[in-house]
Amino acid sequence: MAFDFSLDHFALFALPRRFALDKGGLEAAYRDLQVLYHPDRAAALADADKRLAMQAATRVNEAFQVLKSPLGRARYLLQLAGVDTQEETNTSMPVDFLMQQMAWREQVAETRAAGDVSALEALAQTLQGETRQLELALADCLDVQKDHAGGALLVRKLRFLEKLEQEIGDAIEVLLD
Amino acid sequence: MALFQIAEPGEAPAPHQHKLAVGIDLGTTNSLVATVRSGSAAVLPDERGRNLLPSVVHYAADGQVTVGHRAQARQTEDPRNTIVSVKRFMGRGVKDLPDSAATPYRFVDAPGMLKLKTVAGEKSPVEVSADILRTLKQRAEASLGGELIGAVITVPAYFDDAQRQATKDAATLAGLNVLRLLNEPTAAAVAYGLDNGAEGIYVVYDLGGGTFDVSILKLSRGVFEVLATSGDSALGGDDFDQRIYCWIVEQAGLSLLGDHDTRLLLTRAREAKETLSEHDSTRITAKLQAGTVIDLELNVETFEAITHTLVQKTINPVRKALRDARLGVQDVKGVVMVGGATRMPHVRRAVGEFFACEPLTNLDPDKVVALGAAMQANALAGNKSEDEWLLLDVIPLSLGLETMGGLAEKVIPRNSTIPTARAQDFTTYKDGQTAMAIHVVQGERELVADCRSLARFELRGIPPMAAGAARIRVTFQVDADGLLAVSAREQSTGIEASIAVKPSYGLADEEIARMLQDSMAHASEDMQARSLAEARVEGEGLATATELALLADGALLNEAEHAAVATAIQALREAIAGADAVLIRDRTEALNHATTEFAGRRMDAAVKRGLTGQKLSALG
Repeated sequence: MAFDFSLDHFALFALPRRFALDKGGLEAAYRDLQVLYHPDRAAALADADKRLAMQAATRVNEAFQVLKSPLGRARYLLQLAGVDTQEETNTSMPVDFLMQQMAWREQVAETRAAGDVSALEALAQTLQGETRQLELALADCLDVQKDHAGGALLVRKLRFLEKLEQEIGDAIEVLLD
Repeated sequence: MALFQIAEPGEAPAPHQHKLAVGIDLGTTNSLVATVRSGSAAVLPDERGRNLLPSVVHYAADGQVTVGHRAQARQTEDPRNTIVSVKRFMGRGVKDLPDSAATPYRFVDAPGMLKLKTVAGEKSPVEVSADILRTLKQRAEASLGGELIGAVITVPAYFDDAQRQATKDAATLAGLNVLRLLNEPTAAAVAYGLDNGAEGIYVVYDLGGGTFDVSILKLSRGVFEVLATSGDSALGGDDFDQRIYCWIVEQAGLSLLGDHDTRLLLTRAREAKETLSEHDSTRITAKLQAGTVIDLELNVETFEAITHTLVQKTINPVRKALRDARLGVQDVKGVVMVGGATRMPHVRRAVGEFFACEPLTNLDPDKVVALGAAMQANALAGNKSEDEWLLLDVIPLSLGLETMGGLAEKVIPRNSTIPTARAQDFTTYKDGQTAMAIHVVQGERELVADCRSLARFELRGIPPMAAGAARIRVTFQVDADGLLAVSAREQSTGIEASIAVKPSYGLADEEIARMLQDSMAHASEDMQARSLAEARVEGEGLATATELALLADGALLNEAEHAAVATAIQALREAIAGADAVLIRDRTEALNHATTEFAGRRMDAAVKRGLTGQKLSALG
């Protein structure tokens, strides 16, 4: 079974190259591809076919992972457009955004120290709301305005929120253990 | 070969043959083997009709190995040489065992994985497990009347790479061809889901003899997608026995028990636990070696009180898995209970309360994993069945690398769908640095010291450059068995180092090879015989196909070409008549080579004849 490794993630799932996503369509396309290429389908075949199946399924999983996550999808779209999101290098952020980040961080540290899991969960909820706002902004910025620089800034902001959410998750886990 | 098949649409494909494949549930307490026969999965019993094989192996001084019920009968009289619950030691070192003092065994601390000292010599947990697997293999072959082409072996979903690798090695040692390592809760989900036509989000709560797993799956149109998994690979029914044992010791005012008495009381504890699943109280009686008589009454309330923390310990992993899947209890359509330990009413009650719904207990918690494994083995072996399904599983624990300062950097996060691969770039931190040590770890903790060390290897020969100039790309590949292979490559020079992760747990490849030779002299003969048989089938297939093609389209070749092909066929047939698998393969390859041009011309001819109904992808 031929697998075209040269396709980009969107083409692989036959989806339009844009931020707004038909989640159900992505999931269905993902399943259809896995049904074709998963190593379980090649278990009775020769070693070369097994290897190929592993590589193809790995690729399908990677593409799904990237497209499923709004941050991953935005970053990938910008990458396809040749734009560096400068997540590691560009730390200049609007002052109000940074202030808000600091306030949240302090809140995480405090509730963590107090061992308050439900407060942490509530905070995670708030962040998810913020994240959704940024995602809406990204859809407008990338799909409508075609503003790459603006998109890169939103990606960096989302990255901040993702890290913070991760920290909250880790804190909750430590408290649950 | 594919080329020969397109030209003759009238040719019938080779007759379908049912291949013998089994699913094996290699459990802490009991093991089972199951297969699919005439469309339905069934556990294969032993000659006395018993489905469960106790996972107990006895080693005698004369080298005799006893497995199962007969070994179990010896555990009180000869506890040191009777290995029970060996699964707890797979891929583990002595320092990993929380309760090594409470077992009667004498451990030898080998690097990575411990060994057990017996009268028959030191035994690795891999060897002990192989003895159990060998017994199941024999049972299956006797019952099915033929050689197995392969087996699906189940492992706890929460097993790390070292434990999985150890399990796969045990199967290899037992002469089994491993079609797939399958996570136990996923196997259970297959058996349950296919039987009930289930769709939606399901949780599998699997509390076995020594391991606890929880998996959250999305079932949709024949796809079983694991969204998240969590657990505790050192928590199970054994721990409940241990609590009762401690209670007996305390109640009877005992101290310093010998191995014999310990084993006897642990057996009584297990019996009491089982009785309490059906009754409100039970009597525990035993006569110790010194003559002391134990006679105690244990009621359900006390039992539940002394084991309450164990039950609670299973709820945190459930929470974690839900968090990772980004789901709440309200999203869950059903909770499937698996593992003998879920027979305990207070376990069922705790799970029911957490999910606010009645757990599904309508399947045999002992058998369901083996049945699911059998169904998957049947599918992987290529046997057709009415249902078509696909399993998408995940890795349970993050994989990472040690970075400066003893910190673990995650490369593949837990709950990534497998197979998966991830590359990460690293650089040198000293001017002129020519080597780089790579330390692969598994776990969620920040410090390397708190994670499990999987392997260490070194990338040498990096050209001397300024600090930070070299770019070393480390690639992790996790296959469908959940096993990791790591490779590293310096980007500017292409210098490469790669390993299949394995040596850290103590059994080096050479050691496996030695064990294979030692204990499996006949198995290697089996393997050679199989290899020869396969080579013959493949060679004969090609020879026949070529002859048919010559009959049909011989006109496409000139006389010399025709003769060359005919000679290659004859040479292959001569090799098939002999017993040299390598020679058969060589000549098969030679015939393949000799017919490349012929195949090409046949394809052109076929296309010209207008046979366009064929899929182009079938040509490649």
